[in-house]
Amino acid sequence: MIQFEKFTLSNGLRVVVHEDPSTPMAVVNIMYDVGARDEDPGKTGFAHLFEHLMFGGSINIEDFETPLQMAGGENNAYTSNDVTNYYVQLPAENLETALWLESDRLLSLAFDEKSLEVQRKVVCEEFKEHYINKPYGDVWFKLREMAYPNHPYRWMTIGKELSHIENATLEDVKQFFFKHYRPVNAILVVGGNVKTAEVKTLVEKWFADIPAGEKYERHIPEELPQTAPRRMEVKADVPLDALYKVWHMDDRLDHGYYVADLITEVMGGGGSSRLFQTLVKEKKLFSHIECYHFGSVGRGLLAIEGKLVKGVKMEDAEKAVDEEVEKLKLEGITEKELTKIKNKTESSIAFEDMSVMTRTNNLAFYELLGDANLFNTDREKYFAVTREDILQYSRKIFDVNNSNTLCYYSNN
Amino acid sequence: MVNRTIAPPIKEPVDFSIALPGCQKNILSNGIEVYSVDMGSEEALMINWVFVAGNWYEDKKAVAAATNFLLKNGTSKRTAFEINEHFEYHGAYLSRSCYSETSEITLHCLNRHINELLPVVAELVTDAVLPEEELAIYKQNAKQRLTVSLQKCEFVAGRLIDAYLYGEEHPYGKYNNAEDYDGVSREDVSAFYDKFYRNGRCVIFAAGKLPANLLADLEKHFGSLPLRTHRQDSMIVHPVQPAMQKKSHIINDAAGVQAAIRIARPFPNRHHPDFPKVMVLNSLFGGFFGSRLMANIREDKGYTYGIYSYLLNHVHDGGWMISTEAGRDVSEATITEVYNEMELLRDEPVDEEELLMTRNYMIGTILGDLDGPFQVIGRWKTMVLNNLDESYFYNSLETIRKVSAEELQELSKKYLNPEDFYELVVI
Repeated sequence: MIQFEKFTLSNGLRVVVHEDPSTPMAVVNIMYDVGARDEDPGKTGFAHLFEHLMFGGSINIEDFETPLQMAGGENNAYTSNDVTNYYVQLPAENLETALWLESDRLLSLAFDEKSLEVQRKVVCEEFKEHYINKPYGDVWFKLREMAYPNHPYRWMTIGKELSHIENATLEDVKQFFFKHYRPVNAILVVGGNVKTAEVKTLVEKWFADIPAGEKYERHIPEELPQTAPRRMEVKADVPLDALYKVWHMDDRLDHGYYVADLITEVMGGGGSSRLFQTLVKEKKLFSHIECYHFGSVGRGLLAIEGKLVKGVKMEDAEKAVDEEVEKLKLEGITEKELTKIKNKTESSIAFEDMSVMTRTNNLAFYELLGDANLFNTDREKYFAVTREDILQYSRKIFDVNNSNTLCYYSNN
Repeated sequence: MVNRTIAPPIKEPVDFSIALPGCQKNILSNGIEVYSVDMGSEEALMINWVFVAGNWYEDKKAVAAATNFLLKNGTSKRTAFEINEHFEYHGAYLSRSCYSETSEITLHCLNRHINELLPVVAELVTDAVLPEEELAIYKQNAKQRLTVSLQKCEFVAGRLIDAYLYGEEHPYGKYNNAEDYDGVSREDVSAFYDKFYRNGRCVIFAAGKLPANLLADLEKHFGSLPLRTHRQDSMIVHPVQPAMQKKSHIINDAAGVQAAIRIARPFPNRHHPDFPKVMVLNSLFGGFFGSRLMANIREDKGYTYGIYSYLLNHVHDGGWMISTEAGRDVSEATITEVYNEMELLRDEPVDEEELLMTRNYMIGTILGDLDGPFQVIGRWKTMVLNNLDESYFYNSLETIRKVSAEELQELSKKYLNPEDFYELVVI
């Protein structure tokens, strides 16, 4: 159980305070309820580009980084398909510096043309570094498009193509800012060696006079249930054939999400997992295989991906994966496997909870999902999953009509 | 209305007094040192067994790494699957890794499972059978992984620049090709295991909210094994044989859209008096987001997603490296700017404001880094493995607080001369 307090400013900013006197540091985490799913299909990659612009100076403060570094702080941010999150860690004595900086860039950015011009280039280099200059770098662009004909999860956070980023204008930036970066759409979490009363005073001081803005109502296209299997083949200059399969699963707060999470552990978590043991070690069809899910807020994807041993035929490899999936659907898991995955879940939570940064980040995310106290109650849902749940849910999602398969062939 | 143009007052991090949380040292009956840091609130811990078994000690390439990998792939009592299942059943993570001087086994687990796990770690150290079939799978998969990595310009650049600095025969400079994996036999691995693990030199690090009987348990399972202290009077010498040619340009992928750039020079290790001062100079130059390289090449020019400089983490011969992936068409411009920044540091003393910011940032980072047991044991481990004591930590802190702009300029003149650097571009 972790302790926290919650209050809301008159402008709608939700604030969570988590005291931890064991650290000398404070963490200020601000999460905005906007991600790549909220983008216009013709202007993808914008939420992430925008994250870069948040470091390009705000209305009263020319430079975000220098005063923070002067106060002994460091910071970073990330954008996902669901949310955008900014976090600062600094010595607790200098907490106010972080609140000053974060509040000014929530009040308004400087909207500097040069910053936009430079960050367009930086993000294009990021795009190249991670997706163009990399073997198999285009896989998830293709898989998302196949799995989501309608829902905006069909594009990557980095954007669909370089041109969308290259064409971003300052007017786009302003509109995006005033639509999404308003107190009513944000959650502020302050954690570490802080006192709630003092945090309240400081947060009032720096955030209370920022106009509330309009609550963003999300209207994004639903993904209809998939009714037939989808397949795609790609040939590329890569050294090894690879197989990717994804299935739609439930959203973050549905029971099925927790079951799916444990299914990925049974199938792909570590050296004793089923896929690794059977397909890499015993049958020697794959040199590498994984099973994981995307952790999406909406209906996400559960994935199995592997690289084939040179000389193995794609159909043999896929058949072997299918057999493992069928076996799960037929027999479920053993009591021993259930205990194993629950023990793993318990210890991964313990290690995750060690960092105050992770705790504040998770509090923000749970508050965004509806209630920061999910931090404490959410984990119980993993431990409540039964063998029968896993059997039933694997039958539901591992339906061939819910599957999307990408066979990625080597040209060599 | 609050005046937002005025920054709130800060407490200067340079004025903070910082203490490195203590580390207890114990010695098992066979001479193995155990260093432990007892802090934290979660009932969980990490134990790290460090063996003097890095690639420094192998006679044939890839043997040290293969042996390290195979440690958990079978004992006379358990198959690889059973070993993995045993650790994972108890919610534990057992990893291993191989470096230049050392090779490690690391266990992360909840305190309450420790008694089930320690005996099996001891089994891996004394009774690994290194099966032929497991070695064959390892070799095949390592070779396959290599074929993918070799398509990445940053991977190719990373191994070549090390070879330029130290020579392809040196443990810091050598790298494996497919035929090196092919050349590893079970006999090689078995002999290496026998000498460097079963009868090897070892030191143990533990951190977390430690169970009261941990030391007794370590004594029970490891104290009577034929292991010795990691400290040794002399070790094998590997001469450094740097490349003759200073500049290289390689096309790895004709269609590549980015260039991996590495610019590096030899540099002394942590025992050299310049080391702590150059840590500050490095921060200023390219060590963090607010550094000159980032400010110029990313934040002003937009040539790259990131550019960093860092001192190499070697025990013996060190190095100083600048590393980035930049747009192909701006790779030459990027290199020019790196040298411009060196020139600026040689020609002009850094202004006090920028220096203070760097000092404060570095101290803030250290403070944040002393937050958890794993980070604290990490600091101690670096000192133990480099034959340093606490004074190294406090001397580094004092240097961050006190080093002057003039000293940094002198160091720039001494170390930041383009002619001393190897320059590599891989597209």
